[in-house]
Amino acid sequence: MIKLPFKITFWRALLAFVWMGGLYALVVRFTQGLGAATNLSDKFPWGLWVGFDVVTGVGLAAGGFTIAGAVYVLHLKQFYPVLRPAILTAFLGYLLVIVALLIDLGHPLRIYHPFLMRNPHSVMFEVAMCVIFYTAVLTLEFSPIVFERLGWKKPREWLSKVTIPIVILGVILSFLHQSSLGSLYLIMPSKLYPFWYSPMLPIFFLISAIAAGCSMVILESHLSFQAFGHRLEINVLRHLGRVLLVLLALYLVLKIQDFMTRDIWNLMLLPRMETLVFWLELLLGIVAPIIMLSIRRIRLSTTGLYVASVFTIAGFLFNRLNVTITGMEASAGIHYVPSWMEIMVTLAIVGTMIFLFALVVRYLPIFGIPLNHKSSAAARSAPLLTPSPQSAELMSASTPPYWSKEDC
Amino acid sequence: MGSQNAFLIDLNLCIGCEACVDACKAENSHLTTEDGAFSAASYTTLLEKEDLYIRRMCMHCEYPTCVSVCPVGAFEKTDLGPVVYHYEKCMGCRYCMQACPFNVPTYEWHKTKPRVQKCHMCIARQRVGQIPACAEACPTGATLFGTREDMLKVARQRIADEPDKYISHIFGEKEAGGTSVLYLSPVPFEKLGFPSNLPNAPLPNLTWEVLSQIPRFSVAAAVLFYGVWWIIDRRIEIDQSNAPTEVAKLIQKGNEQ
Repeated sequence: MIKLPFKITFWRALLAFVWMGGLYALVVRFTQGLGAATNLSDKFPWGLWVGFDVVTGVGLAAGGFTIAGAVYVLHLKQFYPVLRPAILTAFLGYLLVIVALLIDLGHPLRIYHPFLMRNPHSVMFEVAMCVIFYTAVLTLEFSPIVFERLGWKKPREWLSKVTIPIVILGVILSFLHQSSLGSLYLIMPSKLYPFWYSPMLPIFFLISAIAAGCSMVILESHLSFQAFGHRLEINVLRHLGRVLLVLLALYLVLKIQDFMTRDIWNLMLLPRMETLVFWLELLLGIVAPIIMLSIRRIRLSTTGLYVASVFTIAGFLFNRLNVTITGMEASAGIHYVPSWMEIMVTLAIVGTMIFLFALVVRYLPIFGIPLNHKSSAAARSAPLLTPSPQSAELMSASTPPYWSKEDC
Repeated sequence: MGSQNAFLIDLNLCIGCEACVDACKAENSHLTTEDGAFSAASYTTLLEKEDLYIRRMCMHCEYPTCVSVCPVGAFEKTDLGPVVYHYEKCMGCRYCMQACPFNVPTYEWHKTKPRVQKCHMCIARQRVGQIPACAEACPTGATLFGTREDMLKVARQRIADEPDKYISHIFGEKEAGGTSVLYLSPVPFEKLGFPSNLPNAPLPNLTWEVLSQIPRFSVAAAVLFYGVWWIIDRRIEIDQSNAPTEVAKLIQKGNEQ
């Protein structure tokens, strides 16, 4: 059983509040239909649940395949210390994306239909297949951590033999569906506002997802350092900061090139809602972190990296919500504001994500050696927190040995 | 495709009597709604703009986006022309509504087992040789029904006969690859709220250009990633083993001899 010290803190009270609110909203949604719980309408059929919980959520979990690919395919073992947190984020993220999808679908019990009634011309079909198979891949990538904790050597050995094919499959599936979330909108040239509609949508979605995924790894490392005293792998994060800079710069160059090809400069100063959010997205989410990370002193500092990653994530959220919501409003002819129940369900999902992450981090070897002496004392009473021998070895040795191939 | 049926809607002839709306409601057992808005229970409505009555309904595209985007193939472009919906397949993702360039599909928002709803061009009537209820009810011929080729001929003839009464544009002839509902109007269509920024190429091509690359991309990516892994792995292996490689051994042997 989970033994949580039940002291009522602000965050726990907040979590309980959003869970209650979310639960109420779910009861309304499943007994009276989507119309009773949401502000969706015939004119605006996709709202916060699709735009944030699904489209944005999948993108934020992109750190999983990025770090796994870097560590296993490219052999960049310096990223090993953040591999497990990244895979955990992706695994929990995808599970919750599927939960969100079940809430938003009109017929959640028919979620298996794409397996039987395949339409290869549908981007949604492709996304559905990739998300399902990638979630299976993530389960396989995550399970060695559980086996390690349980001391199951056989399944762990067996899995380690297929690590490389599994990771490569995960990277390919991720490339496909991360870009395809952008391709969903390719068929709407007359509906999505020209700032966001582009034939390059799939490429923009892929690059920005990888950038957001890297930023999430930086952000999580900082937060769990502050909350649980986990060792902060600053050197790893510096490497990630450099990767992030390259990705953001590439994204900006492609964006400018795209604006030039489509010649939409005349729209850029129109006094419209779209113009405002577009500039916010571009300046705060792309240009600002590029400037920050370009300055060596900031890129090498803990706080600098943290702030740059927060800006990148904010810009990513802006971008996804602009594509899915703001950019569709003009053609729909209405202004969509999510209902309180939509917001509550979304908050409950985010809260659940943080809750599960904190819970798993507590009981499974995800982060390295605890820095905080208090938490290592707690670890002794419950021996679950002992770091895996491989990662401990890696982190203590000044020149880490070629890491074991069996590790996942 | 040649024998597919279509509607020709002539805005000059429509007097706004709403006989089509009533006939549609009767045919589909829909209740009369007070606001008369386009909804899951009103497959067709009349809008008043520029002193004209504009009839709105599903356009039954030649290359429908709803058919293309539905992950489970719940929409079908039938050989007779109508685009129809199969409820038993639908999982309620609403991508059809999101993607439709004419914002046609509607949803039963307040049901726990919701359906997507839209005009089906009275396909059941067509199958038994009858014409759709709205076309049958229209007293002025503003809604005409026949094969798409015939409807285009009639439309072109009307424009040629009375060029001062019609603008020289048949809406739906080319828009989004062509539709099975064609409009004639005395004023430019964009003034009446018709979408004016639609490409003439079929919209599903835009996604198929990307989707059709997936098998090739996946195979290439798998080979590339596996190759990259293998090369780096081999290099590390060589770097780490102090033992000379087979080739080095041979060279050494050769030197010794």
